[in-house]
Amino acid sequence: MRIAVCIKRVPDTETKVRIAADGKSLEPSGVSYDLSPYDEYAVEEALRIKDAAGGTPEVVVLSAGVGDAATQIRKALAMGADRGILLKGDLPFSDASSAASALAGALKELGADLCLTGKQAIDDDGLQVPAYLAQALGWTLVSVVTKLELKDGKALAHRQVEGGHEVVEVPLPAVITCQKGLNTPRFASLPNIMKAKKKPLEEKALASAAPRLTVLGLALPPGRKAGRIVGQGPDAAPLLVKALHEEAKVV
Amino acid sequence: MPKILAFVEQRGGVLKRTAGEVLGAARRLADGGGSGEVVAVLIGHDIAATLGAALGPLGADRVRALQHPSLAPYSGEAYARLLAAEAALAKPDLVLFPASAMGKDLAPRVAAVLGVGLASDCTALEAGAGGSGFAATRPVYAGKAQLKVGFAASPAMASLRPNVFTAPSAQPGRSAVVEAVTSDPGALRDAVQSLVLAASAKVDLTEADIVVTGGRGMKGPEHWGLIEGLAAALGAATGASRAVVDAGWRPHAEQVGQTGKTVSPSLYIACGVSGAIQHLAGMSSSRVIVAINKDPDAPIFKVADYGIVGDAFEVLPRLTEEFKKLKG
Repeated sequence: MRIAVCIKRVPDTETKVRIAADGKSLEPSGVSYDLSPYDEYAVEEALRIKDAAGGTPEVVVLSAGVGDAATQIRKALAMGADRGILLKGDLPFSDASSAASALAGALKELGADLCLTGKQAIDDDGLQVPAYLAQALGWTLVSVVTKLELKDGKALAHRQVEGGHEVVEVPLPAVITCQKGLNTPRFASLPNIMKAKKKPLEEKALASAAPRLTVLGLALPPGRKAGRIVGQGPDAAPLLVKALHEEAKVV
Repeated sequence: MPKILAFVEQRGGVLKRTAGEVLGAARRLADGGGSGEVVAVLIGHDIAATLGAALGPLGADRVRALQHPSLAPYSGEAYARLLAAEAALAKPDLVLFPASAMGKDLAPRVAAVLGVGLASDCTALEAGAGGSGFAATRPVYAGKAQLKVGFAASPAMASLRPNVFTAPSAQPGRSAVVEAVTSDPGALRDAVQSLVLAASAKVDLTEADIVVTGGRGMKGPEHWGLIEGLAAALGAATGASRAVVDAGWRPHAEQVGQTGKTVSPSLYIACGVSGAIQHLAGMSSSRVIVAINKDPDAPIFKVADYGIVGDAFEVLPRLTEEFKKLKG
């Protein structure tokens, strides 16, 4: 059995966003990058499946993007993945088609029974690479999964919806997108970080596809007007209720 | 004269409130482009008669109700297949979805089948330059920035963030032609075996009009009664900060922020939440924000419209009482 995990290098959650001079992109100076948190759940889930099967399944980590994404692949290798494939290229921000077609091409070549990935990348929050992969490969897809069981060539998944979850069964091969709550990702130990440096990481150039979306501009959200402190302690409660009722008219 | 296909969500034979938001946005764009047409697509079992008539007053000119027993539970594969076929038939300029759990699963599948671009979770949509004649604005970096995109080809596709687009009030005089169509989706590989709803989920976070959130200042899960009491008085949903979820006090489904849910209610009340950047990202598009915090320098006060500096344990009971008085 082979499990592919698609990951992305993204600005970490503490990033304070500034807009670059072109008015269309993130000012990269001072930004530190990390493995997208939801992809970390995908790596962990792959490793749990591997461990439960006595270590026989191979876990291959793929990423499409700039060369620096090798750092994030190494992080996944340090957690325990077996090898990595980096599809190098400059991808247009927020356009899923280039990344998805590169990843789909690599997955076809690789062959796998399962592809795990995060439910979304926390930079462009585009939500669509997994669906493109499933379509391109002809695989089934279950998104936003908080529980996963594999049995007899099938995946039984809990998928988060408003107010609860759906239990969905699909045959493998499948693309499964991972949500927080699925597992708790392990920390890489120092020996494993050292070992990861020697694990195979193959680099290939990616062929860019015609973009389907074009960036017209990137801006900071409109600032909120300065608010006011209505008072101190419990005695301020009636003043707040009055303001919300009469001024803001939200209750 | 734009032609717009709007996917209207129903679950269990009940229309979601996003139906009005999606149809309202479609109507506005259709009229803005000069007497365009809005085609609502409903998918399910036995829904044409019960739900079809409601969509004309909300802005639809035509309703395509695709019905089959196998469509009663949501199936991403079935719904995507049928919608892609509808789009191929109708040749719309724009296809709209709600960015609900269903819409976020369905829209990318349809975009993948059609091979066109999709703007997910949009907060604004306008007629614009570029291939398709539409431009979409959507939050990126969890709301820390807004990206405006154009579409290379037609149809343009967008999913709309719930609670952001205003649903127009229903016009009873407006009616739509309802076409009930028997649509057998064929063999399906994905099977929804059951839908399990949490007993506690009275109002869902992302759909709620009012959200009451507790942070680390609540000191422990045993104090959540205060948050729930205030929420109950307001008919609100309850949320939690990342620190609270990571500490295991509350389930992840309640987390608001960059690695949780993004919410845009009319009223957001943050209790004992300091306002870390990743939390602000998930709630700063709320219409009115209230912060209750002991620390007058907490970053949450920088985004709050109204604040009370004080101990949540003292303020919340009094506030709950005052809201109960107001609601009579």
